[in-house]
Amino acid sequence: MLSDDLRDLYQQVILDHSRNPRNSGELPPPCLHAHGDNPSCGDEIDVWVRLSDQGAIEDLKFTGQGCAISQASASMMTQKIKGKSKDEAAAVREDFRRVVMGDGAPANEDALGELILLEGVQKFPQRVKCAMLAWRALEQALEGK
Amino acid sequence: MPGSKIMDWHRIRSDFPILDQQVNGHPLVYLDNAASSQKPRAVIETLSLYYERDNSNVHRALHELSNRATEAFEAARKKAAHFIGAASEDEIIFTRGTTEGINLVANTWGTQNLRAGDVILITGMEHHSNIIPWQMLAQRTGATLKYIPVLDDGTLDGEAIETLLTEQVKLFAFVHISNSLGTINPAKELIAKAKALGAVTVLDGAQSAGHMPINVQDLGCDFFVFSGHKMCGPTGIGVLYGRMALLETMPPWHGGGEMILTVTMESSSYKAPPHRFEAGTPNIAGVIGLGAAIDYLQAIGLENIQRHDHNLANYAVQRMGEVPGIRILGPQSGHRGALAAFHLDFAHPHDLVEFANSHGVAMRGGHHCTQPLMKRFKVPGTTRASFYFYNTLEEINRLVEVLLLARKFFT
Repeated sequence: MLSDDLRDLYQQVILDHSRNPRNSGELPPPCLHAHGDNPSCGDEIDVWVRLSDQGAIEDLKFTGQGCAISQASASMMTQKIKGKSKDEAAAVREDFRRVVMGDGAPANEDALGELILLEGVQKFPQRVKCAMLAWRALEQALEGK
Repeated sequence: MPGSKIMDWHRIRSDFPILDQQVNGHPLVYLDNAASSQKPRAVIETLSLYYERDNSNVHRALHELSNRATEAFEAARKKAAHFIGAASEDEIIFTRGTTEGINLVANTWGTQNLRAGDVILITGMEHHSNIIPWQMLAQRTGATLKYIPVLDDGTLDGEAIETLLTEQVKLFAFVHISNSLGTINPAKELIAKAKALGAVTVLDGAQSAGHMPINVQDLGCDFFVFSGHKMCGPTGIGVLYGRMALLETMPPWHGGGEMILTVTMESSSYKAPPHRFEAGTPNIAGVIGLGAAIDYLQAIGLENIQRHDHNLANYAVQRMGEVPGIRILGPQSGHRGALAAFHLDFAHPHDLVEFANSHGVAMRGGHHCTQPLMKRFKVPGTTRASFYFYNTLEEINRLVEVLLLARKFFT
């Protein structure tokens, strides 16, 4: 009944993350924060990041509203990125971008973990911005923009 | 009595070749008509025949093809005038669509007549195209832009109208049928109130033209705007109706060919309306196609279309109400336009639209170019099913079936 593409887009793990987002909420200051939105669809994400003295991402949380893809991507991102250095986070982000855009092979597919499940987005180009929303906000928060 | 005529809507539906197709393995159910309607064979063939036989520039040449093109072009102007009950075809200005028509009024009549201290009154349910041109005009002239609030039931706040509609209001612009709520505003009554205070009125007919009989003289509006593509016509063509007494006083907006009498290096004199406002080569095929769309709609009868619209909207609201977790925006009674925008507690509009698309159902999800309204109703966006006379009750049943499937899928 359902197309394979749609089943790939909305896998159970993805729907579970969107219904029960992990690391949902705000972090108290001092922390880094960025807001991201997709004005055309109304999706919104706020990301809070606390860095350790060594500059690693010690904790991160998010709040937001939007489609299942944007919320699941944010939830999975927080799980994957927690504890990573900024450089490691940037590498994961770039690999994730390649996967959802279908833009070449990721440098380290294993490091993506269950984020690879969002590769179904490739077939839905208009949803790439949903999948990338939280990651853009994370990047902005880390750059202090 | 037109009401006694039994319409064969299934036969009428077969006039639209595009509807007979499968999408993602399912029969297409096209429910995005408020964004753009489909085109009957009569319109498609008119466009094709124009390019095959008559294509030429209008007005300036004396050869046979130009004569034919000009004749068909100006005949469409007469049809448009008749379609909305204008006193004269000279009150019909061809534009690219509703948006351009509103911008034309703002940039000509608006710039010429508005001063600091004046009020431009609109409503909280306007499409961005009936907000931004007035915001820009207010910024240019120092006028103030005010909004009539929308009540929870999707109608305008009558008490607020009494307070806001004052002699300071120089211009009152509002939507006839809301593209997000389906609300049908009491246009004639509102226009009469505004006119009694000396305001100029602009009625946005994007969702009403082609869905109900329109008579601008009966409505009493100074300006009426609509788009061709939402009423079986081609894209890129629309109409601005203006009362001649106003059009005559208005300066041109765009300068160029077609709109001048004489040109010297220093200055020019301009043609009378409507040509004063139609600089450059117009969308000739679009105009002729719009004429064919008007012929087509009038052959069915606008009263018949209105009644069928009403039946579809009623049935849709009733059936969709069976879906647990649904909230339909706008009037809950039968008096609404042929659309239903809704919020589901189990799926975001974009997820739902994606899901529906995989079942062959075409809808639109998002803010529908009414962001202030979405904020008012505290929803980030909605999903909208919008109907036209070729839609069927079976298609609404299918929509409800897909909404129930989505509920299973997303919860």
